[in-house]
Amino acid sequence: MTTTSPAPVLSMTGVSKRFGAVQALKDIEFSVEAGEVVALVGDNGAGKSTLVKAIAGVYTPDEGQVVFDGTPVQISSPAEAQQLGIATVFQDLALCDNLDVVGNLFLGSEVVRNRALDEVTMEKESWRLLRELSAKIPSVRIPVASLSGGQRQTVAIARSLLGKPKVVMLDEPTAALGVAQTAEVLNLVERLRENGLGVILISHNMSDVMAVADRVVVLRLGRNNGEFRVSDTNVQEIIAAITGATTNAVSARAARKAPHQEEQS
Amino acid sequence: MSTQETPTPAAADPTAAAVPADLQDERLIASQGVGGWASATWGRLRSGDLGSAPVVIGLVLIWGVFYALEPAFLSSRNLVNLTLQMVAVGTISIGVVLVLLLGEIDLSIGSMAGLSAAILAVLFVAQQTSVIVAILTALGAGAVVGLAYGFLYNRFGVPSFVITLAGLLALLGLQLRVLGDQGTINLPFESSLVRFASQQFLPVWLAYALAVLAPALYALASIRRNSRRAEAGLSTAPMSRLVLRAVGLAAILVIVVAVLNRDRGVSYMFLTFLLLVVVMDLAIRRTTWGRSVLAIGGNVEAARRAGINVKRIYLSVFTLCSTFAALGGIFAASRLASANQSSGGGDTNLNAIAAAVIGGTSLFGGRGSAYSALLGILVIQSISNGLDLLSVESNVKFMVTGAVLLLAVIIDSISRRSRAAHGRA
Repeated sequence: MTTTSPAPVLSMTGVSKRFGAVQALKDIEFSVEAGEVVALVGDNGAGKSTLVKAIAGVYTPDEGQVVFDGTPVQISSPAEAQQLGIATVFQDLALCDNLDVVGNLFLGSEVVRNRALDEVTMEKESWRLLRELSAKIPSVRIPVASLSGGQRQTVAIARSLLGKPKVVMLDEPTAALGVAQTAEVLNLVERLRENGLGVILISHNMSDVMAVADRVVVLRLGRNNGEFRVSDTNVQEIIAAITGATTNAVSARAARKAPHQEEQS
Repeated sequence: MSTQETPTPAAADPTAAAVPADLQDERLIASQGVGGWASATWGRLRSGDLGSAPVVIGLVLIWGVFYALEPAFLSSRNLVNLTLQMVAVGTISIGVVLVLLLGEIDLSIGSMAGLSAAILAVLFVAQQTSVIVAILTALGAGAVVGLAYGFLYNRFGVPSFVITLAGLLALLGLQLRVLGDQGTINLPFESSLVRFASQQFLPVWLAYALAVLAPALYALASIRRNSRRAEAGLSTAPMSRLVLRAVGLAAILVIVVAVLNRDRGVSYMFLTFLLLVVVMDLAIRRTTWGRSVLAIGGNVEAARRAGINVKRIYLSVFTLCSTFAALGGIFAASRLASANQSSGGGDTNLNAIAAAVIGGTSLFGGRGSAYSALLGILVIQSISNGLDLLSVESNVKFMVTGAVLLLAVIIDSISRRSRAAHGRA
């Protein structure tokens, strides 16, 4: 799809991280280009979270090189990651239910005018931001508690865009969402790609991954275990890479259910 | 409001161009004009977003009952007394509102008020210092105690309930120690403090001027906000609603001033209290600090991740709360013209906390307003004053106040549940 941009906006080579005797990450290669959605998949304990936290600045890798926007960087704190232009939307969203959408979007970075909150500018900016994402939020003056799961996810993503990031990392954005709301968030991910952002999508949901990702990076037991272009792979292949075997519990089950149709996706 | 806008003929999407940015979503039930505003307000009330409605209704009921039992209750003389009586605990209650907004509590406010009264009296009467020095020292003591609470809370993570419970005892001991053997120190009646608290009233013209000026300022601010919103392409509040509100506010204030002026008038101390409430309301709603306080009350972790310096906010709020308690102690000592071992004791503590809760500030944090201190103390002091007029003994007074508090907390819990069900939590 979008393979035109030559240099990735974020690339990691040979990244390793140990926790005591546990090798959480070993020689990880990972990159994301501008205008590309990369899905990061893997079983529980594969090292997804560790890698995400290394990118977000929560952990510092023991070894390896991180290049952001052409320059080698050391990301040693979440604030530093944000300053570089890496925004992370964690799974629990971290929204204040009692504040309205505007209050949540600008929390911690309020616009001030004459020493008072500039609600007008913030509200205008909120609408601009939400329009940019074609987000479906009826009013920005209602408490976040009254929004649906998808809308809350939208607010969290919109908030991450305030700092004009180049890479947005979404941790399980559809985990707790219904069908329509999942579609809403997937639309949002596509919109981020159209706006030229690099998107890292962490998900367990294969249909979501196949629907929006350009590339899938599979981790297994702390190592790279395959990289696929979504256009020329299928779910079975990815699942095989995740579980580390071509015959596994999932494929065996699929084969049992539909013995004549191996190639369904 | 689309009807008032001039349609743009060439636009591809005429509705998008004509409708303000915040009213374009087709699912939004846009309320227009005064009727729309009324129905929107009704809908909000029904969903459990009660705001100050229960306390206002409660106040009307209480006043009605007392007036029926004893017509002197609503006499100008008694109402002026009421305004003088409510200031001390009301001021303490402003601080309580702040800690409650964080979802914390300060149980030592009564002791703090007592300590501050003792410091004031000892310095002013026994040590013969100037009034200013005495007041500043008492307030400073409040600030130091609050800073200590904030430090303990941030450093050791002890629940504020326990810290301030310890503070309650420690400050009470300190109060007795400061007062020494004398036990009671009387402030001279001719001193500026005592005169400020009971004898100084606004001139009639000034009271009326303020009663008109305040709504005028409100209207002006709203009109300016409207024009800024229109400039930004956002919806504006209809002029009719604005005028209605300003005129309504002016009418209420003028009536209050007229009633109070039939007796002694509006006291400077009461005006000071009102100003403190207004200032704190603006601080909560219109500043970054206030937004941070509300955010922490709603979700500490989210606030922390948003980059808010949570510890500094805790420190500032505990400090402000204790300082307001100290100020309340100064008002109480000035009004009673004495500080003694029972200053700040008895029901001061519970009344101040009850006032904040009755006024509509949630015990669960993140929801409330500085005005709840004013409304709540008005309810509590009305009950206390009314029962005194009926010469009911204090045992009944305590029970009635307790029942009202319980009612307020129940309303808070029910409306919280209803808000959750209607998605307004």
